[in-house]
Amino acid sequence: MDASVKRPVRSKRPSKTRDNLVYAVVWLACFAPLVWLAWRVFSDDLGANPIETLIRQIGVWGLRLLLVGLAVTPAARILRKPRLVRFRRTIGLFAFSYICLHLLTYIGVDLFFDWGQLWKDILKRPFITLGMLAFTLLIPLAVTSTNGWVLRLGRAAWQRLHWLIYLIVPLGVAHYYLLVKADHRPPLIYAAILTALMLWRFWDAFRRRAAGR
Amino acid sequence: MLIRHAPDLTDNDVTDRSLYLRRREFIGGAAGLGLLAAAGTASARGLTYGPGFSTTETPTSRKDITSYNNFYEFGVNKEDPSENAGALKTRPWTLRVDGECEAPTSFAIDDLIKANKLEERIYRMRCVEGWSMVIPWVGFPLKDLLAQVKPTSKAKFVAFETLKRPSEMPGQRWDTLQWPYREGLRIDEAVHPLTILAVGLYGDVLPNQNGAPIRLVVPWKYGFKGAKSIVRISLVEKMPRTAWNDLAPREYGFYSNVNPAVDHPRWSQATERRIGEFRRRETLPFNGYGQYVADLYRGMDLKRNF
Repeated sequence: MDASVKRPVRSKRPSKTRDNLVYAVVWLACFAPLVWLAWRVFSDDLGANPIETLIRQIGVWGLRLLLVGLAVTPAARILRKPRLVRFRRTIGLFAFSYICLHLLTYIGVDLFFDWGQLWKDILKRPFITLGMLAFTLLIPLAVTSTNGWVLRLGRAAWQRLHWLIYLIVPLGVAHYYLLVKADHRPPLIYAAILTALMLWRFWDAFRRRAAGR
Repeated sequence: MLIRHAPDLTDNDVTDRSLYLRRREFIGGAAGLGLLAAAGTASARGLTYGPGFSTTETPTSRKDITSYNNFYEFGVNKEDPSENAGALKTRPWTLRVDGECEAPTSFAIDDLIKANKLEERIYRMRCVEGWSMVIPWVGFPLKDLLAQVKPTSKAKFVAFETLKRPSEMPGQRWDTLQWPYREGLRIDEAVHPLTILAVGLYGDVLPNQNGAPIRLVVPWKYGFKGAKSIVRISLVEKMPRTAWNDLAPREYGFYSNVNPAVDHPRWSQATERRIGEFRRRETLPFNGYGQYVADLYRGMDLKRNF
């Protein structure tokens, strides 16, 4: 999603087995919230309003994974572990999956496929407008996430397309912020994390330019 | 209208039998323990029931009513009140009734409950967030209390002030709303026979998370109008300030009558999810109590006075 790790410092390539193991851990970590939520659905542990709880929880996990995705590059640089970047696609696609599920639950369970109501919501409710916009913008990113698409588009164009994420994540945070009634602390925490991740990028770009690279 | 009015049915016909029996047990037990002194009185008189005001719809489960609450004094999440309200001490408790009246009085809560005839009222409750419940309250009409302090002709509104005690109300350590929580009604709304002060739920003492020891219930308005854990009721001449209106005047009006035709700026109010049900249902004007209360607002533009 960005190319700030163009020239990794040479790092020791770990064994294939270890590589697969680490991959499995990342994959399971991304999958775990869904398993946990499914468990809560089946054990009737979602409270008095299970539909709303489910929609919100899935959505929040989608947002968290988007932020984790944005944290990969800074983490790789700060920790000097450039190969961390290979997890970005997995995390991003998981985020997209959670967001798809979030949307499906809203349309299929909450609205019970009332398309007229959905359309009204999109036009009239700013938080839904922003949420749908963010989701729509995510689609091309998910579609072009494969190696084949990177080649087809060319590295530079692919890169520019994926800069969309810097618009999508703020839209996601705003979507959350706008539905809160009074206590804005939770969405503001996400906004703060997003701001920190963006500031790091600005700082990093500035530093690179100053170094004439 | 979807409200079913069945004069040939009494509440006993629709109240789950085991609950009905539990209520009797409670009254005996409570009188013995002195938990709810008035319940003993009510038992001696025989509990009276609302004169046709109770709905015949199935009440929401006690578990849901007592674990899914908006009571920001104890935290903003729905499960926070049931988890944090245990520390609240509801005795001793004084309810001050003052303002534009001839006989301002401070009532000790148990005296107040003893002096008023308790009734069960099974009311629909519609939250401004788009969900609803059916709740079997135990309480008495607010008008009975107001009559005791003899309001003067200057009493045009009624202001409610609720407890501010951050040591027992952890949600008050953060200014999500301005504490103490304030609510208000116009005087004609306050003396309407549907408007009650509730002191019990499901025939039992009101749980802390539901607003113990005494709370307001105004069934045709959004739930947040029902101030909880009330310490002061003042008769006033001018429209009082209210907590949610102070926070977001564009979103929460003074009247806040349930109205499917007036959306919350951020979400639709046309439908609601009844807790325990899967599909959303249509929201009724005045939460289905229009036949009793619509006259209060004759000639008013309810889109402007939302």
